[in-house]
Amino acid sequence: MRPFEFSRADTVQAAINEQVISDTRTDGASVHAPNQYVAGGTTLIDLMKLDVMRPQSVTDINALEHTPSGEINFGPHGLHLGALVRMSAAASHPDVLKNYPVIAQALALAASPQIRNMASLGGNVLQRTRCTYFRDTSYSACNKREPGSGCAALQGINRSHAVLGVSDHCIATYPGDFAQALIALDAEIEIAGPKGSRTLPFAKLHRLPGDAPHVETTLAPGELILAFMIPSAPWTRRSLFLKIRDRQSYEFALASAAVALDLDGGTVRQTRIALGGVSATPWRSHAAEQKLRGRKIDDATLHEAAEAAFEQAKPRAHNAFKIQLGKLTLMRAMRQAATMELQYD
Amino acid sequence: MTVTLLDRAPADPAPKTDGSLTDNGAALNISLRVNGRDRRLSLDPRTTLLDALREHAGLTGTKKGCDHGQCGACTVLLDNRRVLSCLSLAAMAEGHDVTTIEGLAKPDGTLHPMQQAFIDHDAFQCGYCTPGQIISAIACVHEGHAENDAQIREYMSGNLCRCAAYPNIVDAIKQAKTQMKEA
Repeated sequence: MRPFEFSRADTVQAAINEQVISDTRTDGASVHAPNQYVAGGTTLIDLMKLDVMRPQSVTDINALEHTPSGEINFGPHGLHLGALVRMSAAASHPDVLKNYPVIAQALALAASPQIRNMASLGGNVLQRTRCTYFRDTSYSACNKREPGSGCAALQGINRSHAVLGVSDHCIATYPGDFAQALIALDAEIEIAGPKGSRTLPFAKLHRLPGDAPHVETTLAPGELILAFMIPSAPWTRRSLFLKIRDRQSYEFALASAAVALDLDGGTVRQTRIALGGVSATPWRSHAAEQKLRGRKIDDATLHEAAEAAFEQAKPRAHNAFKIQLGKLTLMRAMRQAATMELQYD
Repeated sequence: MTVTLLDRAPADPAPKTDGSLTDNGAALNISLRVNGRDRRLSLDPRTTLLDALREHAGLTGTKKGCDHGQCGACTVLLDNRRVLSCLSLAAMAEGHDVTTIEGLAKPDGTLHPMQQAFIDHDAFQCGYCTPGQIISAIACVHEGHAENDAQIREYMSGNLCRCAAYPNIVDAIKQAKTQMKEA
């Protein structure tokens, strides 16, 4: 690990002031950003040990747990999840379990108990790809790590790589689960930064790789996620997260689906669908939602929705199986959501 | 105990005037509360909690396996929650209570029920993962995640055992759970 300056901040303003904004070439959450916030540390410390990330300064923001960023609040307008809340705390919170099962399940199925106790929700959505060619600096070609160096995964072992949202410059998979629940439920994020505070639809946080895969988010340098707001909606209680993976536990998704459903008898009044494990960023499938709205949930309709979700998929040598796996995952998740028993007061 | 490491002369901890903790290359003076005892350590800011425990506090019970948060051998309790000491900076643990495998037995040497259960059920072979398994298992019981075999397996999945003592670990946790309730 390379040397860095360590500091602590106990207020949002102090945390932002610690950030020396010297590099505006990339986004605030960039691998190359000279200043990094640390909360759980489960991604950052790992990548610093691997020499993938080389910050000059690290600001410990764990004391923000004692601000609204450490709180979970539920009311008529929806759910507020502070960015410093740990994954395990949100996953086991009664209001989340009852009203947003897709969020509780996405968090509980991720990582291990120890990591869920450490990792903050804000850090979770910014976790970096598990692409081997990104994590191992002995591969010289990685556009995400070294802009312009190429992509070793294109001709490499790309079984775990993405089929949706990819470009010819990067096919790395976005690894997270929680983000799929957030993008499905139209979450917004509250951000503070050197130029003030703002809110942003969660769907606009991550950038597609395009020709600049090293620019992963729309966060400006020094910006800090403070909280997630998930609106109330008739479909949030009938929601679930289905995760398909190589191992039964403690493994990233090969394919996942975060789905929410509002039924009128057997007919879909509204639905929300996001797909994980198959895409370059958190992935909302409006195409699949459109196919289901106003229709009965049966095999033919679900098949149509799944086809629409993966219409633009771009498979490589080793990951074509993800298209079929992703479709089956989506269909199974919708069938389960349609028949799930809801928790009432 | 490795005297040379414990006696290593601290780097110059010259305080900076602008209020930040350190310059690159200077040591951090850190106070860690481990197993109820306060320890003052002078550390490179890069030192993980795991390395601080093993190399500076002389507590080598906590093990370094992968050092990347994948195996669970380094599991300790931080304010009674299980965490991975290899992915925590020591400086981030300041102000928190750290419990390691050395802090479980009573002063008279009586083992924690979970330690005894691991012996009773032969829940290890090489023993390298065992301190992490035991710490994690205690947290698993306290969290209420040891209600049945399937739940124990799910909530112990962050601790790998390459000798594959898993069935005996599950049995040990079930025994200790009963005793921990009675205690």
